Amino acid sequence: MASTAPRLDAARVRARVEAVPDPELPVITLGDLGVVRAVTTAADGTLTVELTPTFLGCPALPAITAAVQDVLEECGHPDGRVRQVLAPAWSTDRITPEGRAKLAAHGIAPPSPAGAASGPVRVDLGVPCPHCGSRATRPHSSFGPTRCQSMLRCTACRETFPTITAI
Amino acid sequence: MPETGRTLAPPPAGRAAETVPEAEACHAADADLAALTLRLGDDALVLGQRLCQWITRAPTIEEDLALSNIALDLVGHARALLARSGQLDGTGRSEDDLAFGRPDREFRNALLTELPNGDFAVTMARQLAHTHYAVLLYEALAGGSDRELAAFAARAAKETAFHRRHADLWTVRLGLGTEESTRRMRAGLEQVWPYTAELFDEDDVSDRLVAAGVLPPLAALRTAWEASVAAVLDRAGLTVPAPSWQGRGGRQGLHTEAFGPLIAEMQSVRRQFPGGTW
Repeated sequence: MASTAPRLDAARVRARVEAVPDPELPVITLGDLGVVRAVTTAADGTLTVELTPTFLGCPALPAITAAVQDVLEECGHPDGRVRQVLAPAWSTDRITPEGRAKLAAHGIAPPSPAGAASGPVRVDLGVPCPHCGSRATRPHSSFGPTRCQSMLRCTACRETFPTITAI
Repeated sequence: MPETGRTLAPPPAGRAAETVPEAEACHAADADLAALTLRLGDDALVLGQRLCQWITRAPTIEEDLALSNIALDLVGHARALLARSGQLDGTGRSEDDLAFGRPDREFRNALLTELPNGDFAVTMARQLAHTHYAVLLYEALAGGSDRELAAFAARAAKETAFHRRHADLWTVRLGLGTEESTRRMRAGLEQVWPYTAELFDEDDVSDRLVAAGVLPPLAALRTAWEASVAAVLDRAGLTVPAPSWQGRGGRQGLHTEAFGPLIAEMQSVRRQFPGGTW
């Protein structure tokens, strides 16, 4: 546990934490995903990283927590803490423009703006196909390969592709 | 069951993320809040376990994914709720202690959540009833006076709204589908509807939580729920089943015959390898 690494300040630790790749979608980072809420330093120098889970049952959470704990040790903060913060809830609107661009380049259509939890169900027509760019796409399955993805189908090139489900 | 088996033993110190902020102040024993989080946690756990039984048996691979993803969310909800309940009831039991260490008579889920899956239409009828209840309840709890529960509920409301959309789509599709799908959807509704009343049962615990501003008045919640499901059934060309007998008892630990095997299967690994870890 004895760490010889110099203790980096909160801002630099935050940059390192935000650079951690997401375990399920390694093309984007925790920073791109918008799950890093805050990195704070207590009066005694203890660092706390606050993360917001994307989904409460997200199976990647333990892996993310462990990866962030590793980063804390590398940054000279083996006593640093990782906390989950539920409020305000994570939304796909927190994915950064860079994150959206990386997803699109990886064949995953970025999410459209999230609606309210209640009220009329939005029908997301016209998500552009990441393969041919056509907007003639339609929902195929509300659930996809990971909890945060759903499937669309392009009627132009006939490819089925995942999108990040707006929430 | 996904995920929950992972933490049979306490995780290495410093590895686990602490759940939720401002925790210390909220962890004083509170029997009523402990009872509420136990009820809702058991609802989520038991329904999640039931839905897992569809895996590899759903009508299409998309439905395998859908039902297992919904189950995954529910197990996630159960973990948060049961962990909180174990803190609030003063016993210090973990989520795993509560999920895998209690006999059936100590589970407090509503009977609706343990009903056998039946055919796909029965499961969708059960999902319709439960998801509309869950969304309305969590939305109300999100504005409640317990900050930790409110934060959880705000998140859970968004997830269950997604489950509700899935149930709504299938209800309409089956209701307006073929003669056979309509018949089955109608039969599914008739089968599960008697178990919906228990969701809104009031008792001393709920009365005190309503008075404390944690829980919404259940009669008002029921009115909103009835309007909400009726609107979907109307779109599906179906009607709300006529009032009949009402099944209840789960909140008191009195479960249906199908509950024992479900729980026995869920707890079997923990019973074979007490304290085991991997």
